[in-house]
Amino acid sequence: MNTLATTKTIQPIYTRPDSLTDVQMRYCPGCTHGIAHRLVAEVLDELDLKDRTIAIATVGCSVYAYEYFDTDAVQAAHGRGPAVATGIKRCQPDTIVFTYQGDGDLAAIGLAEVLHAAARAENFTVVFINNAVFGMTQGQMAPTTLMGQKTTTTPLGRSVEQGGYPLNICELLAQIPGVAYLARETMTSPKRVRHAKRSLKKAFQVQAAGLGFSLVELISSCPTWWHMKPLEALQWIEDVMVEQYPLKVFVDKLEQGEQAEKNL
Amino acid sequence: MPERQLITGNEAAAEGAIAGGCRYFFGYPITPQNKIPEYMSAHLPEIGGVYIQAESEVAAINMLYGAAATGAWAMTSSSSPGISLMQEGLSYMIGAELPCVLVNMVRGGPGLGNIAPAQSDYWLATRGAGHGDGRCLTFAPFSVQEIYDLIGQAFPIAQRYRNPVMILADAVLASMREPCVLRERLDPPEEKPAWAVGGRRRGRQRNIVNSLWTDPPVMEEVNLRIQQRYEEAAQNETRWTEHGADAPEILVCAYGISARICQTAIEHAAEAGIACRLIRPISLFPFPTEVIADWAQRVKKVLVVELSMGQFIEDVRLAVEGACPVEFFGRTGGVLVTPEEVAERIIEIA
Repeated sequence: MNTLATTKTIQPIYTRPDSLTDVQMRYCPGCTHGIAHRLVAEVLDELDLKDRTIAIATVGCSVYAYEYFDTDAVQAAHGRGPAVATGIKRCQPDTIVFTYQGDGDLAAIGLAEVLHAAARAENFTVVFINNAVFGMTQGQMAPTTLMGQKTTTTPLGRSVEQGGYPLNICELLAQIPGVAYLARETMTSPKRVRHAKRSLKKAFQVQAAGLGFSLVELISSCPTWWHMKPLEALQWIEDVMVEQYPLKVFVDKLEQGEQAEKNL
Repeated sequence: MPERQLITGNEAAAEGAIAGGCRYFFGYPITPQNKIPEYMSAHLPEIGGVYIQAESEVAAINMLYGAAATGAWAMTSSSSPGISLMQEGLSYMIGAELPCVLVNMVRGGPGLGNIAPAQSDYWLATRGAGHGDGRCLTFAPFSVQEIYDLIGQAFPIAQRYRNPVMILADAVLASMREPCVLRERLDPPEEKPAWAVGGRRRGRQRNIVNSLWTDPPVMEEVNLRIQQRYEEAAQNETRWTEHGADAPEILVCAYGISARICQTAIEHAAEAGIACRLIRPISLFPFPTEVIADWAQRVKKVLVVELSMGQFIEDVRLAVEGACPVEFFGRTGGVLVTPEEVAERIIEIA
């Protein structure tokens, strides 16, 4: 029984967030899904939202997200998370709802659902994991795959002729007035992780304040299907991916509201 | 207090749903059912409900999935091509054991087809519901009043069996105007089902709405539970009407608008000296197999009339099990049968 918690001199300072279950995650070594899950859970803990949160797991590597978040949860069909979130939130406006979607789910099959949810200013949060590849199905091209990037369906590298151009989701959404918070972050260093958490927290605060649609895109690593070591994968994000997908806060209506109040 | 009004089938579907406790509607425009979403958009917000026009039928059925997951009494409506798009969502709802109500005002197909009355979604309604081992409980009204009555009952039925319920009608029933007795509007129950997500958790186990079961024996267990509910529905919800001769020579089987036409047709046949009895299934799944099997022992022939090229006839044949010949009469592509045509066919086979 002599655990760390009961020892007077040594206190645990880094524990599992309350909003995560103790189920072992199925993610590959070096994948940043685990960090993203932890950040969302820390934010739910810090904002005391866990007991009224509904997580929406989608289809892809994070299909089991409903096992990892210690909240009520709904598993949605491929790409349909934002439609499911709409149904939930419209019936229970006092809940906190978030979808957790990959680039295949959100930017390919589910593009209509996410764009229209934003257009309707639906008051929920999207956590968008962009790792430029279909991970669950073993490494095929995604809409966000970079030009020249090799995947199992672009064996010679993505070409315009065959695969067209990468889709920048945040830049698309930034034009929509229903979007209340929109940011792109990554998790390649402790500093970047802190920034990512700050944006996630803002997104949930925006939802809790009822300001409208919020989305945080997290540029994520996929060492398995990029065929890289975990550190190489993080470096590739810094060297290559952020060129295509600049890290930026695109919309922040919480900040704008605070500024407006100060100006009064 | 009951009030009698002259309304269309579409209006009966919308008002009947509200009267039955529906407070949430998610839909997408498609002819010939547009009066349903229009009615909902005007009347649901007045009573604290929600109407959302989705970006597609695909989104509409998934909004319904989300709404149903919270225990809300929610519905959608569409017509044939739109119902095709909803198949994925229906499969997920069956898998996740979620209740909902949907209306299909069937139009001529396949493809974009037309907007004329048809019954060619019989298979889609009774066998469809997307991939996997599930089905929609399906009811087929034949009048404006019956649309109103059945849709009100559909919500508690959907909740009881935790499964989508489809009201299957057609372009004629959608648009035709008939007197309809309206009831007082009921509120949905305040207490949410134990499995619903949302609200403050406070002490209860977390709820997960899910249709992913990677372990085959577990998936089989879920499917057997769903099957068990269908068997219970067969016991409790099988509905039909029958009328005509007590010692018939010909048994006529028809549902929905065709049955309405056959009512007149069997009178014509009686005038020509052929005794007929009309069986009209109201529930298509569960199907009134026993009553058809019973009459099949006592008639010379069965005639199946439908606005499709031999879909409904399969369930009748399965019920008859070779006890007597089963004949067919149908039109397709949005063409209605006439009482005279049906009567001629009865005389021909008698």
